[in-house]
Amino acid sequence: MLPGFPSAQPVEGFVGGLMIGLAAAIMLLGVGRIAGVSGMAARATGIERDGAPWPIAALFIAGLIVGTALFAFIAGPIEAQFPPGFAWLIAGGLLVGIGTRLGSGCTSGHGVCGLSRLSPRSMVATATFMIPAILTVAAVNAAGGAW
Amino acid sequence: MRAFLALLSGLLFGGGLALSGMMNPSRVRGFLDILGAWDPTLAFVMGSAVLVMAIAWRIRAHMHRPAMAAEFYLPGTRRIDARLVAGAALFGIGWGLAGLCPGPAIGSLANAAMPAATFIAAMLAGMAIFKLVDRKTGQS
Repeated sequence: MLPGFPSAQPVEGFVGGLMIGLAAAIMLLGVGRIAGVSGMAARATGIERDGAPWPIAALFIAGLIVGTALFAFIAGPIEAQFPPGFAWLIAGGLLVGIGTRLGSGCTSGHGVCGLSRLSPRSMVATATFMIPAILTVAAVNAAGGAW
Repeated sequence: MRAFLALLSGLLFGGGLALSGMMNPSRVRGFLDILGAWDPTLAFVMGSAVLVMAIAWRIRAHMHRPAMAAEFYLPGTRRIDARLVAGAALFGIGWGLAGLCPGPAIGSLANAAMPAATFIAAMLAGMAIFKLVDRKTGQS
């Protein structure tokens, strides 16, 4: 589909991105809030005391799960290859949890919502999480742990 | 109505992540593997999502309040500090290790329950531990 990148899915990626953008636009223009998944998850579970009203956060998170289930129901199984062991998931999860609270956001809040707002804070955050992520993958590969 | 919009937003978000291939940790990892077999799909996802949201921010500039709420509740802080940078860096390492960020991880509960639940349990534990330590040290 994309010359030189046989595994890329640019069309599905573009259309899926439009849906994600529309989702974030509904949250912004309809509810007046940032569709940041880490913040909404922290709020829905009661870990974060401030932020969106609980029903808003809980319904957004529920929608995320049901939306995925609906997609699989309509379009068939979702292809997914996870890391080769639970240690990867536990280490990754802990770091993502600590990092997104300390840095106030993740790929959706800083990435999608913040970059499009031209927020300097989100631009710094996005650059700062992209670089260690790339270096981490390179280091894992160099150590022979590619999956 | 607000509740319905929140649910609709989540549904679209989940469907978009699934369609775009972002529910596949190895594909996300492939995007980060720029020195190896690079998979640029995530750039298309991010690009079109940012495009739609850039239009939404323009529309927001002409609105006094959101369609279904009393006011906009938006991050007001502009501070670029050590917390922001250290937090983003830790998040990046975790993202690179597991190929998962919060959105796809939560959506994956409907697709690959065991690995998704493991990641999310660790993520929530990390959030809770951080909040506990942060409150004790009086930072927030």
